[in-house]
Amino acid sequence: MSSIASPAAGSRVVVARGPRPQSLTAGRIGLYCFILVTAVYFLAPLYVMLMTSFKSMDEIRLGNIFNLPQHFTLQPWIDAWLHACTGLNCTGISVGFTNSVIITVPSVILSIAAGAINGYALSFWKPRGANVLFAILLLGAFVPYQAFLYPLVRVYSTLGLFNTLTNIITVHIIFGLPVMTLLFRNFYAGIPMELFKAARVDGAGFWRTFFSVMLPMSTPIIIVAVILQATNIWNDFLFGLVFAGRENLPMTVQLNNIVNSTQGERAYNVDMAATILTALVPLAIYFFSGRWFVRGIAAGAVKG
Amino acid sequence: MIATSTKPVAPAATETAMPPAVALSPDEASVSIRDLVIQYGALTVLDRMSLNVGKGEFLVLLGPSGCGKSTLLNAIAGLLDIADGEIWIAGKNVTWEEPKDRGIGMVFQSYALYPRMTIEQNMSFGLKISGLPKSEVAERVAKAAKMLRLEQLLKRRPSELSGGQRQRVAIGRALVRNVDVFLFDEPLSNLDAQLRAELRVEIKQLHQDLGNTMIYVTHDQIEAMTLANRIAVMKGGIIQQLDTPEVIYNRPANRFVAGFIGSPAMSFLTGTVEGGAAPRFSANGLTVPLDRYDFDSTASGQLEATLGARPEHIIVGNPASGTDDGRWLWLDGKVRLLEPTGADTIVWTELAGQPLTIRVTADQKLKVGEQFHFALDLTRLSLFNAGTGVRL
Amino acid sequence: MTEPRRLRNIAAQIALTPAWLIVAFAYVGTVVWTIVISFTSSKSIPSYNFVGWAQYARLFSTDRWYISINNIIIFGVLFLTICLVIGFLLAVALDQKIMFENSYRTVILYPYAMSFVVTGLIWQWMLNPALGIEKTVQALGFPNFSFDWIIRTDMAIYTLVIAGVWQASGLVMALMLAGLRGVDGEIWKAARVDGIPAWRVYLFIIVPILRPMIVTAVVLLSIGVVKAFDLVVALTKGGPGLSTEVPAKFVMDNLFLRANIGLATAASTVMLVTVLAVLVPWFYTEYARRNRGGHA
Repeated sequence: MSSIASPAAGSRVVVARGPRPQSLTAGRIGLYCFILVTAVYFLAPLYVMLMTSFKSMDEIRLGNIFNLPQHFTLQPWIDAWLHACTGLNCTGISVGFTNSVIITVPSVILSIAAGAINGYALSFWKPRGANVLFAILLLGAFVPYQAFLYPLVRVYSTLGLFNTLTNIITVHIIFGLPVMTLLFRNFYAGIPMELFKAARVDGAGFWRTFFSVMLPMSTPIIIVAVILQATNIWNDFLFGLVFAGRENLPMTVQLNNIVNSTQGERAYNVDMAATILTALVPLAIYFFSGRWFVRGIAAGAVKG
Repeated sequence: MIATSTKPVAPAATETAMPPAVALSPDEASVSIRDLVIQYGALTVLDRMSLNVGKGEFLVLLGPSGCGKSTLLNAIAGLLDIADGEIWIAGKNVTWEEPKDRGIGMVFQSYALYPRMTIEQNMSFGLKISGLPKSEVAERVAKAAKMLRLEQLLKRRPSELSGGQRQRVAIGRALVRNVDVFLFDEPLSNLDAQLRAELRVEIKQLHQDLGNTMIYVTHDQIEAMTLANRIAVMKGGIIQQLDTPEVIYNRPANRFVAGFIGSPAMSFLTGTVEGGAAPRFSANGLTVPLDRYDFDSTASGQLEATLGARPEHIIVGNPASGTDDGRWLWLDGKVRLLEPTGADTIVWTELAGQPLTIRVTADQKLKVGEQFHFALDLTRLSLFNAGTGVRL
Repeated sequence: MTEPRRLRNIAAQIALTPAWLIVAFAYVGTVVWTIVISFTSSKSIPSYNFVGWAQYARLFSTDRWYISINNIIIFGVLFLTICLVIGFLLAVALDQKIMFENSYRTVILYPYAMSFVVTGLIWQWMLNPALGIEKTVQALGFPNFSFDWIIRTDMAIYTLVIAGVWQASGLVMALMLAGLRGVDGEIWKAARVDGIPAWRVYLFIIVPILRPMIVTAVVLLSIGVVKAFDLVVALTKGGPGLSTEVPAKFVMDNLFLRANIGLATAASTVMLVTVLAVLVPWFYTEYARRNRGGHA
């Protein structure tokens, strides 16, 4: 049998030896086609939006939406930021930006603090009724907000808080509570109970254990929570619309007002610049957080 | 209820459920469990358990997972709510005390070190909470660190330490508390075999040096045998046997203990026992004389029974060569399977149609299928009631 | 479940008091109040003149409500199905050791970071028949090309699907990819040794393993469907006509624009009951099973 292995004269038999030759299979080509098509679908709107925002209205009317701007201009961005009108008020979307920052920062901090304390108490201390509390909170995350809205409007009106910053911030805390509690509860459930027991043997109480042992370990989940809440609250439209009040309208609501209620001719370039500006904060969070963003999706979601 | 917390209850009142092997009275005990009941919802995990641990004793709670050994340890530590009963530590009723006030230190399986604190902060955390002066804290930490060879590691974080080092830190955290009683909850289970053996020696050394009471939970019988003054073998929330390692190994109180202790496990043959003047065990044509067997109870008449023989209490050889003083019962068998383990080889054969394992030294050259002679040591057999499993 | 009484600390109860208050007043209280109002004749301000089921009778004789329900079903089914299929395919594609994997994943997921309002406005522009894709393709030499769904009453609802899928399929991809990466590599080795083609492995072995991820994705997307309001407002404003009206918008309009509080609360009660009817059984099985994962 050794004759087969020895190269016979004139034989062109290829002996399988060494690394397998690479070949581009049909499946591989199909795969890259799929990737290309889907990439275009996901990227095209962003591309179009950017291109539009750098064109003049004349160019928009004449050219097509995929063309590069021939006369590059930053004027739409300036207009969007400083002069875009909602009704008679032409102060640009910068006002909305400021409002969104003022709303988002305290809402994120306070809702995370509340979620962390709840999650900690629920997963380690399990006080009486903890399961009931958690079940209602979870259900609350699914209930259509419309079922809460009107009574909340009445309550805030009665308290004299309707359409104030306090109003919109507390609403974000209230409705951020389920996801934040869930997030932290699941995180703490993954921490060995023995660590908690060790702290108890060492004599640490509820708050001592929380601040000295648990909180220092919670950095990863706090990052996830910040990403999740900052994005959610920045992107909120419904609560801002109902509760924020005319003075505090967040950027999303103002954007919609600018784009969807312009009198006269619509300035698509300004609209698109304003849209990009509104999306900028969550996009920045997304691009800078990388894998943390995905962790947020999985963590906030997996258990519903 | 208030009266019981001021003065120990008279022993007689609580002694009824005590296993017979316990000679300690609750008064001289370092840790005393009295009629302890633990329930998880409707499930009763421990039912009226009583146990006394002597001062300076090393007691091992041994059993399979779910036997209630960790539950018992957590109850002693005050980390679990109990349904009924009392827990006394160092002559004080601590049933309702917080864990920190019980005079205990505890070492956990997963080490449970605070990950964001240095080793030093880990060891001093409890002392700082208790408000001990800084100098005293530093002194105690330094002493414990020296004892456990952790001085070089004090400024590190737990994540920078090996498993063995982490567990030494966890022991150190218990040490600095200057307590009477140490509780160990499977402290070596997360370590690899070699480290486990090393740390086992260290813990034993520590016990010899300190002389504290130690209660140690494990499912590893080697740990139990090597460390314990006494072992409490548990199953289903009940202490099956509480005695020295020697007695537990040589005279297992029931069939469960016999099967649980020893590796490879004891072989069991089912058959019948006949009592009287010449007691004997018979099964499938095999007859084993029992006149050299030390009966716990005087058996009379005929009884379904299980005969247990440890693999290491059977010899292989030639009946003519040995001096037979009636201690050995020579039998024939055929090698079914060989399991070499290095130093020893486990021989699988059959006796009376039932599997039997024999441990021989590796230089015994046996082949599968070969006929060979072996002998049971009639002085070291165990015999159990087939129905109740209790030693006869 | 273990509930050691010793661990039930006063401090823990105090720490949870705010959560209890929120649950009691902001969740349970408001929902009950909403339901109560739905049985009254309230118009622009709540009156407590109880009229029984009258508002519900009125609701179910309102064409606009039926159109809303019809629309949300079309949108929901298409949105869910397409998101799941595309998201799964994207995840599988990403799992093939492709070039530029990270950039590709970034491209797929970025829309999910954006709000529905932004999504709606982007697509409103893309789908603009006078200046958007339609005009562009026509200019490329296809004068008969037509893509004017956004102004057609019979097609406008599908533009919501296009925009919604664009925004959310990255979420499904992320979840599925996490699931795929968690699949035991030995399954693939075993399948290769057995000579099972890859597509069969995906369909019959991997998909069942991904069940928890799929459930999660379905739940998250469904929440989005029920709450669909922002996207509709931004993209079509419910139009043309009523062709993209949805229940959430129906409630909002009747609450804040049309001064029909009784009708609006009846509609939101119907939404609530529908969600709970689906949720509670699922919750019971899924959560009760998983709850054991907590600390014993």
